[in-house]
Formats: sequence, C-alpha cells, structure tokens
Amino acid sequence: MTATATPARGVSGNILTSDTGGATRLASAPFGHALIAAGERDSRIVGLTADLGKYTDIHLFAERFPQRFFQVGMAEQNLIGIAAGLARTGWVPFTTTYCVFATRRAYDFIAIGAALGRANVKIVAGLPGLTTGYGGTHQGIEDLALMRAIPNLVVIDPCDATEMAQATAAAAAHDGPVYLRLLRGQVPVVFDPATHRFAIGAANLVRDGGDAAIISTGLMTGRALDAATTLAAEGINVAVLHLPTLKPFDHEAVLSLLARVPRVVVAENHVIHGGLASAVADAVADAGLAVRLQRIGIPDCFCESGSLPYLVRRYAMDAPSIAAAVHRVLDPRPTPG
Amino acid sequence: MNATLQPRVADPVKLAAVAQRLRLHVLRMAERVGQGYVGQGLGISDLLTVLYFHFLRHDPQRPDWVERDRFILSIGHYAIGLYAALAEAGIIPVDELDSYGADGSRLEMSAPETLTGVEMTGGSLGHGFGQAVGMALGQRLAGRDARTVVLMSDGELQEGSTWEAAMAAAHHRLDRLIAFVDHNRQQADGPPERVMGIESIPDKFRAFGWHAQRIDGNDRMAIVAALDAALTAPAGMPRVIVLDTVMGCGVPLFANREKNHFIRVGADEWAIARRQASEVA
Ligand SMILES: Cc1ncc(C[n+]2csc(CCOP(=O)(O)OP(=O)(O)O)c2C)c(N)n1
Ligand SMILES: [Mg+2]
Repeated sequence: MTATATPARGVSGNILTSDTGGATRLASAPFGHALIAAGERDSRIVGLTADLGKYTDIHLFAERFPQRFFQVGMAEQNLIGIAAGLARTGWVPFTTTYCVFATRRAYDFIAIGAALGRANVKIVAGLPGLTTGYGGTHQGIEDLALMRAIPNLVVIDPCDATEMAQATAAAAAHDGPVYLRLLRGQVPVVFDPATHRFAIGAANLVRDGGDAAIISTGLMTGRALDAATTLAAEGINVAVLHLPTLKPFDHEAVLSLLARVPRVVVAENHVIHGGLASAVADAVADAGLAVRLQRIGIPDCFCESGSLPYLVRRYAMDAPSIAAAVHRVLDPRPTPG
Repeated sequence: MNATLQPRVADPVKLAAVAQRLRLHVLRMAERVGQGYVGQGLGISDLLTVLYFHFLRHDPQRPDWVERDRFILSIGHYAIGLYAALAEAGIIPVDELDSYGADGSRLEMSAPETLTGVEMTGGSLGHGFGQAVGMALGQRLAGRDARTVVLMSDGELQEGSTWEAAMAAAHHRLDRLIAFVDHNRQQADGPPERVMGIESIPDKFRAFGWHAQRIDGNDRMAIVAALDAALTAPAGMPRVIVLDTVMGCGVPLFANREKNHFIRVGADEWAIARRQASEVA
C-alpha cells in the first residue's frame, strides 16, 4: 500500500468527465500531457488512435510527435493489431478509443495480440461507466469485467487528473500490456499531485475510520470521500480505500482493512458484477472472512441516455447513495435479498 | 423481374416540400439540445425524404407489418434525421420531436430500437451492414420480396465488419439489398482522406461483386433515378449507391462553414438557420 494521500480540499465528489460536477479544481487533458512527458523521456513511445484522437486527448501527443503518431481510422481491431505489431518491433504503443469499442469490438485482439504474449501494448479507453449520457452503445459499463478476465493484463481505473497523469507514466514504465480507463478533457483534481503517489497494484487508504469501510475505484472515490464527510458529521467514521488497479489486485490492503472493519460498501463506475465488488468478494471468500458487503454501481442493465446528473441519480451512483449503503451495512438486521 | 420491383413515378414538388419540413424538424430538435448532429441530419434529409415518401413500402399505421421494406440506420448518430422522417411519415408523433435528447425521452441522441420505426440499434458503428445482410437473407428465406435498405457512413467503410458484410451479400447474391453510403467527407478526426483513405468507394464495392453508383446525394431526383437503376440492375448482385453529400445542406450558414464531426452553432444562429431552411426549396 502506498502512503496515505491527502485529498485536495473543496472538491465535489461528483466527478464526471464531461460534466465536472462543480469541481473547483480542474486539470486539462492530463493524459495527453503525461503522454507527451513520457514520450520525451522514452523515444520508443508511439501513439495510435481509431478516429478518436480529438476525443481522447492523444491529439496533443500527435501534435508534439507527428512522426510517432499513427491514425488508423475507425477500425478498433486493427488498432490493437497494429499496436501489437509495433510492440513486437520494439516500440511502446499507446492506443486510444472508447472503452466500449476497445473491449467489445477488439476483445480477441487484446487477448491474443496484446495479452497472451505480453506485448507491450497500452490501451487507453475513454467514456468509462457513466461518463457519457449517450446511451448503451457508448457507455463502457462492463469493460473492467472483460479486461479483468484476461490473463497478463494490468487494469487501471484512475480517480482524477492527478492519478490519470501518474498512471500514464506508470503504464509507460511497465513492460507489458495495460488497460487504462481514460478521464479526458477537463478532469477534476481530487488528489494533490505533490503528495499522491500512484503505483500499479497498490491500494491507497485515503481516509481511515473504524465503523465501516468504503472500497472504491475510479471516479467513485471522489464520491466516496464526499459520503465519508457526510457520515462523519453524523458521527459515523468510515475508512475509504481507493483501489485504482483492479489487476493485479492488492489483496493485502483489502484483507487487512476488512479483517479490522468487516462492514464494507464497494463503489465502482461499472456494473456491480465482474468488477471491483466481485474482486473484493473473491478475496474475502478466499480468505474465509465474514464481511457484510453492499455494492454501489450500475445494476445488471444497459443504461438510458440522458444528462449525467440525471443518470448518476437514476442508477444510485451518487454520494448520498453511497452514504445510504453505509447505513445499510451498519444495520444489524439481515439485508433483504 | 418481380412486378413489385417496378420503379414508381416521383413527384419532385412534393418531395421538395417534404425535405424542407424534415430540415425544419432537424433544426428544431438541434436547437433544443444546443447542437446534436445537425449537420448530418440536414445532409441526409434528401435521402430520407426519397426513401420514406417515394421508395419504401411501409404502413405508418402498422410499423411492424411483416411485408414492409426495412430501412436500417447503421449510423445511430444520424437519429435526428431519422426522427424527422418518422414524424413526418406519421410513424411517431411530430410533437414528440421536442423531447429529442431529453432525460427519459424515447428519442435518444442515438436511435434505439425501442422506438417504433427503428429496426436496429446503431451507433456502435459497423453493425448495421451485417444485420442488413441478415435481414435480406431472412426475407428471401421467408419468401418475401421486401427490400432491405441500409444507410452507413464514409467513416464506417474503415471498419473491417463492413467488408465482411459486403463480401457476404455478394456471395449470397442478395439483389434486394440496397446499401447507401453517406460520403459527407467527415468523420470524428477530420476528412477521411486525412484520417484513413477510403477511395475509390464504388470501385471497392465493384471488386466485391456489387452493382455500384455514385451520385449527388442532395439531389432528390438523382436519388430517385439511382433507385430506379438499382431496381433494374442485373439480378444476383447487391446494389450500393454512394451519396456525395454536404453536411448542413439546405442551410447555407452551416453548409459553407468550416466543419468537423460537429457543426458548432451559436445561440443566435438558429433563427437565421430556420429562415434559410424555409427559403430554399
Ligand atoms: C465502432 C465505433 N468506433 C468509434 C465510434 C466513435 N465515433 C462516432 S461517430 C465517428 C465518426 C465516424 O465517421 P462518420 O460516421 O462518417 O462521421 P460523420 O460523418 O458523422 O462525421 C466515430 C469515430 C463509434 N461510434 N463506433
Ligand atoms: Mg462521414
């Protein structure tokens, strides 16, 4: 586990990539800038996109390193195939598209082209979970489940701009395939870049408390911290364990927290099956711990289209819903269903 | 040739009036959400007018009539154009257009198959063509002479699935399948010639065993004539009509503007756009 990070002050937890949810601090295109920095350090880094350069911030890298950038057109399978070929000739390709197109369309190409032989391919995928109101074709609601199921792949869901930048650098330094969820455009800053340290595979206890725990990933950690603040005002002290790397999974951090605080809400910007909650449940079952667990995430359905604030409320993904789930795990009566 | 494949006579005056109403519907919807895919909706209004008011055999009272010709919108983001046509054709209420893109509305930004008149959910690009091939096979297997018409985009020509479908349609000799390609020379990162070259589109289709035509896709009577030619083309091959269109066509303010995937529209420009769309015929 890395050192406890201090969340930046005054930030709303309602983090949305295209609706910044009233966040007071924003950073512009953290991935694009971090990739340029990585490209300056390492001349093997190349960029690729499938007709979504302007929409994934990689156009900044393309402007800085035009010779090291390849537009492959709207062809996601080919995007991964070409990247795997580049990796096999010594380059470090960063590919971008949306989560849905990377994981649904190009799944076999990721599994075989990138993961099976541990090709050094980085897949940076936008519109994770509910960060677009565009509807079922564009909302990457089950990508973590799909990617987590593939051997050899590192799977990262960053919380904010700070972690987006740090995870980009970490992916560049890691020798092997990485799936990295992208927060694009104006991205809220939750973690202070001066103190936060992202490391692949390391969870982060961002707040301690003994009454209940929230384990969260991605942008849900911002909302989890908001929920914890509300609950603290009610006298309930909640620990928040941020788990930006779904795979490899930080068993030690999860199990040591849950052995101490066996009441947990798991919050993820993803369907409630196959992602973080499933990973936590697996770890708990393997260790034989008795834990009360509530899940916050998208239920087993394709989501509607609509505005993000509407959708986040509709699918109970907001901070008040997390706080309500904490109340449920604290309730000594058995939870129905 | 089957009698039901006979070309019909088109009324240019009627079609012009319909196309104008579609464009005004598109503008009304786009204005409400602040943008939407107004350029695509305007650019494709001429095709949708000819399809829904001249070519397709359908019954607005019975949208699920099994003998109907099917229109498949692979490019879900063109929904704004389809909604205008469905409303004008009486398949969905005109008043409902006001709910385009609103929370809880059936008229999602990308056309969902839960809406009456939408044959499949497009939007994840590269799906419609394959499904259209399946529908054309299915209609033939069922012994129906219904036609299957699919609309895809120039950007979609870059997806591998497009060429898998093209190969299958020719192999299975699906001559009641008509594919349209909206060649508006735009995709998300710019014009296809810079993103990933796709020319020559008709030659590619011919090489795959298709009957191919290329026309001005904003000329309604040229679309009518191309459909006539498609109906009378040699049996046993699928037909493709490549439409060279102008994004924002019918509203000079938009059509002449520097474009990308989205046309940016200032709040004060909608009134001008409406006026321009009302003037041209
Ligand atoms: C499989 C897939 N990949 C990427 C996208 C994202 N996307 C939406 S529209 C678009 C451009 C596609 O080209 P085209 O349909 O010609 O665009 P337009 O003419 O509307 O600008 C892209 C890449 C998508 N919807 N589906
Ligand atoms: Mg186009």
